[in-house]
Amino acid sequence: MNVIEKILAAHSPETMVHPGQIIEVALDAVMANDATACLAIDIFKNELKTDRVFDPEKVILVMDHYTPSSSIAAADSHNKMRKFALDQGLRYVYDGAGVCHQLMMEHHVLPGQLIVGADSHTCTYGALGALATGMGSTDVAVAWKEGRIWMKVPEAMRITVSGQWPAHVYAKDLILKIIGDLTVKGATYKALCFDGPAVQALRISERMTICNMAIEAGAKFAYVQPDATTEAYMKKAGREGYRVFTDDADARYERTMEYDVSALAPQIAFPHSVDNVRDISTFAGTVIDELFLGACTNGRFADLEIAAAILKGRKIAGNVRFLVTPASKDVYLQALEAGLIRIFMESGAMVSAPGCSACFGGSGGILGKGERLLTTANRNFRGRVGSPDSEIYLASPAVVAASAINGCITDPRGGLR
Amino acid sequence: MIEGKAIIFGNNIDTDQILGAHHLVLPTIGEMAGYTFEHHAHFTSGFAKGDILVAGDNFGCGSSREQAAAVLKERGVAAVIARGFARIFFRNAINLGLQLIVCPEASEIAAKDKLTITAEKIRNETTGKEYAREPLPPFVAGILKSGGIIPYLQKNR
Ligand code: SF4
Repeated sequence: MNVIEKILAAHSPETMVHPGQIIEVALDAVMANDATACLAIDIFKNELKTDRVFDPEKVILVMDHYTPSSSIAAADSHNKMRKFALDQGLRYVYDGAGVCHQLMMEHHVLPGQLIVGADSHTCTYGALGALATGMGSTDVAVAWKEGRIWMKVPEAMRITVSGQWPAHVYAKDLILKIIGDLTVKGATYKALCFDGPAVQALRISERMTICNMAIEAGAKFAYVQPDATTEAYMKKAGREGYRVFTDDADARYERTMEYDVSALAPQIAFPHSVDNVRDISTFAGTVIDELFLGACTNGRFADLEIAAAILKGRKIAGNVRFLVTPASKDVYLQALEAGLIRIFMESGAMVSAPGCSACFGGSGGILGKGERLLTTANRNFRGRVGSPDSEIYLASPAVVAASAINGCITDPRGGLR
Repeated sequence: MIEGKAIIFGNNIDTDQILGAHHLVLPTIGEMAGYTFEHHAHFTSGFAKGDILVAGDNFGCGSSREQAAAVLKERGVAAVIARGFARIFFRNAINLGLQLIVCPEASEIAAKDKLTITAEKIRNETTGKEYAREPLPPFVAGILKSGGIIPYLQKNR
């Protein structure tokens, strides 16, 4: 079996599993956020007619999409979550502490675990070698009750990345390039396993960027084999006692792709599909109205640090507004202590409370008609952040920072005015 | 048997198009349903209860919001025929008992064609053409037959 099959088998009553097989699996954690939890609460109570979650330590609720509450409806739905958490005695409920996936990675995920979340970017946890996938509210309500769920064992694809990372080229550029090649349906229902020296060279933060966007190619799971970097991350987080799975000698992958990052240029995904990907040169000079640095894709300390290094001592252009949102409270504090928040604010950026922010637009940062957003987030669907007549471009933190200074899409490799 | 007229969509119809993010906080699916495909005029002005959505590849891609499948059901979409579905949407729709049909020739169907769907095939009454539908895995078909995952679990646990 390959490592994906082994982790699934270890969570099921089966000893061997194969792609296409439908199995019932036991879950290590079930996450829901404020875009999906309320519907799950209704289903849990009114349709499943149950009154106890399987384990109050393993049901995790996060308010991040609409926090600070941006409407009366959002405030009401947050209160519904708080009441449910209190009634059920849930141990982990986060409000305004950050994006759900960032919090899961900082406080909960262990290598080798199997986790579902009512959010499509749950696949991010593959960065620590956990299998995690997004599901809807009904599945999550069932998982809350039973602690188990049915899954189809996916085919696995292996993406091996080698080469030296060029200056100003990052994990975000690689994953955009891969999605451009795979297309938005190229990995539907599959597990995407990333390996090779250029992946091993990445920190967990950057592995998260890659795994986060696997869903944009339709994938069910993303996975990076745990190594010394993973071990160090877990140790620092104070979480030990996990099991690391590996491929058997006969491990089978449906397909293998190879990449070399040595000659990779910064990438841009242009409206309105994540697989519309080109080298930055195609869009250099495109005038921008709003910029966003944040989201579960690129709102971590490493991302803020890259952007701050470019912005230090400079001012953003007069024609743009620039919103910076640390992905969690811990990231915010770290950035504060390192002086990054000062750099952002002195450059003219707004810094907002941790959460999804302008990735989703649920708490502000909405675009008007005809406006253009350049963002470090993961989706550029039409109307995702406001007007259906606006445009969203996706890029790395370095591209966003350089573009904020010039007021137009700018190559961080020397394109600064 | 399902009978209805076709409402056509293209490839990669994402969940933000089906139901915009800012409507997710509304308290009920009934209230959200009024915003289904709000920026697709051919749906808002042309859809009638019992109609069938026909799309290309990767229908329902994007977020995990089950509300996207739920509003289609609430509005009375009889079935969605597509060349392919995104994984999370597929699961959500099956869980809710919304009929999803994979048909490689979906793009041959035109707007307002009258369709009849049976267990084995899709018949285009307007053109006279018939198409095979891809079978679902038996376990998944069982959920759909029960009317969704909750009635399925009630019956089988
Ligand atoms: S930051 Fe964006 S992609 Fe991530 S969970 Fe929030 S809304 Fe979803």
